[in-house]
Amino acid sequence: MEIIVASTIAVLTAGGVYLMLRLRTFPVILGLALLSYAVNVFLFASGRLAIDQSPILAKYGAAAYTDPLPQALVLTAIVISFGMTAVLVMIGLGAYLEAESDQINLEPETDNTPDNGGA
Amino acid sequence: MHWIILPVVLPALLAPLIGFVMRHDIMLARTASLAGTLALVVLALGLTAMATDGTTHVYRLGDWPAPFGIVLVLDRLSALMVLLTAVLAVIVLIHAIASGWDVRGQHFHTLFQFQLMGICGAFLTGDIFNLFVFFEVLLIASYGLMIHSGGKNRMRAGLQYVVMNLAGSTLFLFALGTLYASTGTLNIADLAIRVPEIPVEDAALVRVAAILLMVVFAVKAALFPVQFWLPATYANAPAPVAALFAIMTKVGAYAILRVHTTAFGPGAPGTEDLAATWLFPAALATIAVGALGVLGARHLMQMIAFSVLGSMGTLFVAVAAFSSAATSAALYYMIHSTFAAACLFLIADLVVTRRLTDTLAPAPPTVQNGLFAALFFATAIAMAGMPPLGGFLGKLLILDALRAPGVMEWAWTAILLGSLLTIVGFARAGSVLFWKSTALTAPGAGTNADTPAAPTPNLRATPMQVAPVMLGLAILAVLAVLAGLVSTYLENASVQLFDRSSYVDAVLGTGQGEN
Repeated sequence: MEIIVASTIAVLTAGGVYLMLRLRTFPVILGLALLSYAVNVFLFASGRLAIDQSPILAKYGAAAYTDPLPQALVLTAIVISFGMTAVLVMIGLGAYLEAESDQINLEPETDNTPDNGGA
Repeated sequence: MHWIILPVVLPALLAPLIGFVMRHDIMLARTASLAGTLALVVLALGLTAMATDGTTHVYRLGDWPAPFGIVLVLDRLSALMVLLTAVLAVIVLIHAIASGWDVRGQHFHTLFQFQLMGICGAFLTGDIFNLFVFFEVLLIASYGLMIHSGGKNRMRAGLQYVVMNLAGSTLFLFALGTLYASTGTLNIADLAIRVPEIPVEDAALVRVAAILLMVVFAVKAALFPVQFWLPATYANAPAPVAALFAIMTKVGAYAILRVHTTAFGPGAPGTEDLAATWLFPAALATIAVGALGVLGARHLMQMIAFSVLGSMGTLFVAVAAFSSAATSAALYYMIHSTFAAACLFLIADLVVTRRLTDTLAPAPPTVQNGLFAALFFATAIAMAGMPPLGGFLGKLLILDALRAPGVMEWAWTAILLGSLLTIVGFARAGSVLFWKSTALTAPGAGTNADTPAAPTPNLRATPMQVAPVMLGLAILAVLAVLAGLVSTYLENASVQLFDRSSYVDAVLGTGQGEN
């Protein structure tokens, strides 16, 4: 069980980092998504791996249980990363349409003159 | 006593109200936004007064006891940071309204209020996961503000900024997972109890978490080697937004101060030496990058961005000492450099709007050349840390606090050389922009700023456009005049920051809380 979870996190992270290093909008978005999946699984594992157990204590019992807090953390993390991915897609699309290029890097000789919006 | 949560709730309620109800009436939105920000200043003043006596006030959300529920903690340091944010926000907001930046895109005021909510929340929270959530709130608002009013370069720089910060957020979550797995808690006060209990041999995982957290905060604070996002972001952001972002780097600095002194700080055998070991060389390198960048920049906004980098380096040289004397010096310098950087961005906006380019090259003088030159001169000496403004005192306090052998020679050399290079850079920029330009004659315009034949008279800065910079400079002057009073407060604040046991007692103890 441990080895499966650990290698899943490793593969997802490696894939995410590789895709991010491609420095083009679409692979980077996919890479960040993979990384956020990896971190979600990782957060789950941070409460120790427990199979088939409920996240609440059995009444007055010393029964084994799984830690409920990481589940709450993962839920928050999923919601946030979902929203962030949506924002990233919109900004990536906007940058692609404005610049007609999906490179993440700025060109070395970019003219940094701010656009003053017609002032 | 629900005052402590109001700096979070007020902008959080105001933002959707402005976004949904007032989006068709810009005057209404401006009034509401400004009124809300002014109310935030009043609130922050009240909270600071509340915290001055040295009590650590705790607000338990939902009245859940501390390690199980989320707490907001108000002490001298967090009250100060909220006050700093609120005052800066007023200055920036007046500029944004007066210069018309807020109507060059959608939803400026909504995003602005959400940004304030995130920043205030990050300063007040006493729980690391909650800190992550507030970081995300302030970041998602900053993405919108960063690309406000669009344009090719701004969209591309914005995309880079978003990607950088999303990667940072993922790293933050990895750090939190590691921390929770090794200590079983994410409450800062609870961590302050549990981390020192971990013996050195078993502290490997906690050390990993502490370093990961430091990297995440260093990304926000733009510390070498993760500072690369800052110049492009600040140089391409709308100027008022860049001015507001002057507080964003300080959020990172605050987080390192809070987490790495309270949770991993002195007294925790496994982790106490970590932050100082890595922060100090990184801070020195940041000063170097900032100073060389100021010297080499070919655009005005870029140059100011690099000077912000240099000031973060100076700040972290003092923070890295992790002593209460150095921390109070760092805090004084932080207040000063926040306002100085914001004023520089605002005055640069006034100049760039009239020159229509921010390239550092001679061009015919604009209207009111003398006024802009004077304001630029004043803010530049503030940023470079020359007398008579408070930056000089701030740097002096930092130098004075860093007298330990092995630290002194490096810190003094870096800060003094960095200041010199910054002064040279600003002097060169100022003379190119304002002096050399008077030697050129614009077609159809005189060289005198007051000539009625100035090309576009409607571009004369209105009093409202100059007011924010003046206000900022006035605050800097007051900060220098009242330096004794301010540094007494800051000394108390840093003593309180390093007094871990009273923080822990207030948060976890019974009967101390407000609610």
